[in-house]
Amino acid sequence: MDLDALTGCLASSACLVTQTTSGFIIGMLLFLVAVGLTLIFGVLKVVNFSHGAFYMFGAYFAMTAYQFSGSFALAMLCGAAGTAILGLIFERVFMSRVYGADVLMQLLVCYAFVLIFDDVVRMIWGPEFKSMGMPAAFQVAPLFIAGGVVPPYYLLLIGVALVAAMILGLGLARTRIGKVIRAAAHNPGMVSALGINTGLIYGGVFALGGMLAGLAGALAAPVRSLTPGMGFSVLIESFIVTVIGGMGSILGALIGALLIGMIRSFGSLGFPLFTEGLMYLFMVIVLVSRPTGLFGKEVA
Amino acid sequence: MTRTRKPGVSRRATLAIMGAGAVSFATPWVARAQAKTIKVGMPTILSGRVAQLGTSSRNGVMLEVEKVNAAGGLAGRQIEMVIRDSKGQPQEAARVARELVNTDGCEILIDAEASSGAFAVHEVARDLGVLCLHTNSETSALTADPKQHIPNAFRTARQGVHDSIVGGSYAAAIAKAKGLKKWATCSPDYAYGRDTTGEYVTYLKRFAPDIEIISESWPKLFQPDYTEVVTKILQAKPQALYSCLWGGDLTSYIDQANIYALFSQMEVFAVNMADYTALTVVKNLPKGIHSGNRYIKTYPATPENAAWGDAYKAKYNEYPTNWSWENATAIMLLAEASKKANSADGKKVAEALRGLKIKSPFGADGTVTMRAEDQTLVGYAIGWGTTIPQEPYVPQVQPGDWKTIFELEAEWKKSKGYT
Repeated sequence: MDLDALTGCLASSACLVTQTTSGFIIGMLLFLVAVGLTLIFGVLKVVNFSHGAFYMFGAYFAMTAYQFSGSFALAMLCGAAGTAILGLIFERVFMSRVYGADVLMQLLVCYAFVLIFDDVVRMIWGPEFKSMGMPAAFQVAPLFIAGGVVPPYYLLLIGVALVAAMILGLGLARTRIGKVIRAAAHNPGMVSALGINTGLIYGGVFALGGMLAGLAGALAAPVRSLTPGMGFSVLIESFIVTVIGGMGSILGALIGALLIGMIRSFGSLGFPLFTEGLMYLFMVIVLVSRPTGLFGKEVA
Repeated sequence: MTRTRKPGVSRRATLAIMGAGAVSFATPWVARAQAKTIKVGMPTILSGRVAQLGTSSRNGVMLEVEKVNAAGGLAGRQIEMVIRDSKGQPQEAARVARELVNTDGCEILIDAEASSGAFAVHEVARDLGVLCLHTNSETSALTADPKQHIPNAFRTARQGVHDSIVGGSYAAAIAKAKGLKKWATCSPDYAYGRDTTGEYVTYLKRFAPDIEIISESWPKLFQPDYTEVVTKILQAKPQALYSCLWGGDLTSYIDQANIYALFSQMEVFAVNMADYTALTVVKNLPKGIHSGNRYIKTYPATPENAAWGDAYKAKYNEYPTNWSWENATAIMLLAEASKKANSADGKKVAEALRGLKIKSPFGADGTVTMRAEDQTLVGYAIGWGTTIPQEPYVPQVQPGDWKTIFELEAEWKKSKGYT
């Protein structure tokens, strides 16, 4: 424990800015993965254990597109669009068959695909780790804001994630499609009886969830190494986020992810040997005091 | 209508068995040639995040096995490699090793496991008495600790303590010249990371006593994001940073530290940087990272080493790794030892291996030696240098001095109570 370092940091604006942006970066990427997870659970009522694979595919798609085109924007687009299509196919062909089934069956299908997707990546891109490399446009000196260090690429990353969060939140709350999705989450039988194609909604939501995870992977590709199985650790943290924020809540995912980001960022200063533990401890506290999570609702 | 098959051996199977019998009677050399091969078992990691450990170890072995077989094999017996995946799990490594000997009839084991698995395979070797060559574990205790010592187990890999002595003395010289007093460390949080960093710091302080470690970070093995570690180090403002992160973790770390311009703010010493697995993957390799040599074909700067690296690249379409040379060395030593013993028998080969000195492309002076007293490899090329972003990546390597290594290693063993 090193509380001096933590209090010292809280007293200095430079440290505060650096650590807060560091927390935002970790949190926002985590949010993109976790929000897809929570969305899929909210509407489809399945815990998508293979969600980490979409993050992985997003990163690999982006890297490949970047290698061929040299365009960063196209790489991001390919990462997101590729995983959306993959998500749609995966949902329609496999997941849609196990909706009514036992939870254990859903889990088995997802887990099987964790292994299959990892092997597919290994077959296409090889078992060794890869790196996409930072696009030249972002290979610039970091900015200094109030003495704190902030890399420009991370500003973009936080911005993109925030925009995605806003579009998602507003889209669900204000648009007709959003209303239909919320209705399908609440009472799929009634929505179906009203003549709305629930299969399409389910496929769409799964594709959207996959796309968000893919976007996270694509955004992370320039700074994280790509390996088969890279989705796994991200998935675990996303689960912590959804448990803290509340399964099915988008605002919960955002707050949960940012909290985890801040815990990691400031925890590594104050509790260098217990940063991971701190995350789990926080989850336990939330689970004990609010079993449905901070923003979770009681199951209707 | 369905056809039912009567129980017992079918007519077709009987014919096949008779045919096979006739062929083997008519051509007895086939059966004899098979008995003459010697099976060498190799448990290694062929799947999961560090599959590269296994594949590049296998490649290193196969490159040499082909040469040995073309030259007549081990005392006239052709080598047949039986290579199995342990998935990186120690219990699986032990099970596979046992099965290779007991079921597959392997007479020699090449243990190409990471340290965790190597200790498990070591116990199997102790139990079965089979000749075993550890090729990847660099944890010093495996051969330095007399409790681990068994007459039938050898190590053909580097040793952590050797790396720390050379790395510590190299860094201390630079620290003195540039006045680097405040140091930070950042290494993966498991046995290898903790031990290696501890030993490195010990020798760094021994050669430059006024050095102070002002910040330590222990990220998890395979952690995807190091941002909080990078910013923590930036806050501490050290003059130099040591890290023994490796593989994908190291490249992630470099990419993430790069955008914070960390490398322009301090001298960085990363022992595992100068290996092609990391060098060729990092797109924006910063200039001037200090690194120990793992495997590079330009050090030792001999035609033999360059030729070996090129031959490997030609065959496998990638450069060798640190594990490749360590595994190739095992086969080279086996071939020489069996020649000396004029036998492929495990006990006789083990006897011949003790103290054996062979010519090697990886030797500091063109030779490597299997030291008799603790049955571990010495005399291999070991040194440190700084990186540039393109080939040859580490243009000048400052070689470590084996005389100093031996002196300090003996001292270290004494301090640990090993001698």
